[in-house]
Amino acid sequence: MIKIRKNAECREHEVTPEAIYRQRRAFMKGSLLGAGVLLGSSPLMAALDLSGYRPKVVTLDEELTPFKDATRYNNFYEFGTGKSDPARNAGDFDTSDWKIGIGGECAKPGVIALEDLVDSKELEERIYRLRCVEAWSMVIPWIGVPLATLLKRFEPTSKAKYVAFRTLVDPERMPGQKRAVLDWPYREGLRIDEAMHPLTLIAVGMYGKPMPNQNGAPVRLVVPWKYGFKSIKSIVAIDFTEEQPQTTWNMQNPREYGFYSNVNPKVSHPRWSQARERRIGEFFKRDTLMFNGYEDEVASLYAGMDLKKFY
Amino acid sequence: MNPWIKPLFFLLCLSPMLWIVGQALWGDLGANPVETVTFQSGDWALRLLLLTLALSPLRQITGWSGWLRLRRMAGLFVYFYASSHFLIWFLADHSLDVASMWADVLERPYIALGFSAWLLLAPLAVTSTSGWMRRLGRRWKALHRLVYPILILAVAHYLWLVKADYLQAGIHALLAALLLMWRMPVYGIFRMRRLTP
Repeated sequence: MIKIRKNAECREHEVTPEAIYRQRRAFMKGSLLGAGVLLGSSPLMAALDLSGYRPKVVTLDEELTPFKDATRYNNFYEFGTGKSDPARNAGDFDTSDWKIGIGGECAKPGVIALEDLVDSKELEERIYRLRCVEAWSMVIPWIGVPLATLLKRFEPTSKAKYVAFRTLVDPERMPGQKRAVLDWPYREGLRIDEAMHPLTLIAVGMYGKPMPNQNGAPVRLVVPWKYGFKSIKSIVAIDFTEEQPQTTWNMQNPREYGFYSNVNPKVSHPRWSQARERRIGEFFKRDTLMFNGYEDEVASLYAGMDLKKFY
Repeated sequence: MNPWIKPLFFLLCLSPMLWIVGQALWGDLGANPVETVTFQSGDWALRLLLLTLALSPLRQITGWSGWLRLRRMAGLFVYFYASSHFLIWFLADHSLDVASMWADVLERPYIALGFSAWLLLAPLAVTSTSGWMRRLGRRWKALHRLVYPILILAVAHYLWLVKADYLQAGIHALLAALLLMWRMPVYGIFRMRRLTP
């Protein structure tokens, strides 16, 4: 069950004209910078402030996966292919001064610092199911902003049919990239209507904390109705494209991993069934839900499509 | 043979299971304990199978015939780990429902391979006693040559479930290939002739 905020509970930025609140932010930034200089601490500007997020904007009547499990059982091949490798190898990963290049079919391309890309005033907590293609699942409270609000600022043109994402490539900082297990950089993509869907989230934190390195710090995608590998981690580039972009697991094995990769209990992976899943923390398997339980929200995106063909 | 060798070898073969049980009781099997136990029991079934098949080459290399007297125990441990591997999957993935398990075997080639390997191990475990060796005579040896197809099935089962990183499965496959090649007449020149039966 998903609880969505009632229209009456509108937020400040929705009633304040954008130009005014942007001015206000610029003023506050200026004063903070001044304070920083006075205190002699320079990295004050770098960190994104998470403290003001709105809790439980989207929630679920399901138990959260323990933080401990969500942060030590990860598929993040940039830090090793074992489930516990990312927790072991990502500790020193430095994500300060993170910049993201935005380009392709849009009017306002550019390179932008994370704290300028994500408005900390708009951060909200959303509790989503996460279903891995390997038939296990978790329930995670993400902190982020809807991807749509972020993308609109760059004014995608009518040619922007897809959105492509790329992860950082830096084998020194991401030791798993020293082996060509995958064709680096990790790439993912969404159709523009999927990217603009209100459930699609750009996350910068989870469990009330900044995003742990092993979960895709400092910024990752969360698309709750698709298999987990679509939710690309440590993003450094976002491009609007006219053609369907290449995506890593599809390049790796096109027969097994499609571009869409929507959670679908009726379409098996060629090697294993997707009908059931093991929720982390449970012993027996439970049934997998169509679109991971988000059928009411997203089924219309795929109306008329043969989901066996577009897996 | 030193009377301590067999008990020590027994403990050595049992230690992976003691480790798994220890992790379950005092330590920690990780976020997905069922997967951890499934993977570890499967890994050790294959590793002990490789060890079982390495005993005869070891005898040829070292000249010590004691290696061969460990073969039955090593082989029975293969069956022990393979059965644990099967049971945790049958219990946790299929809730001991035979129909559900059977559907999985029929639908998933990599499961069919592993399942066949486990089924083929059963007659070898049953006929591992001296009594059965006597009763079967020459046929005993023919029957126990099943260990080679079992090895191939087990390695294929492992390789087939890998998503992208073939390193671990590849190492096991390579060792299996070496042990099979050792037994081919063509490679006989690498063996120490005076020790070959």
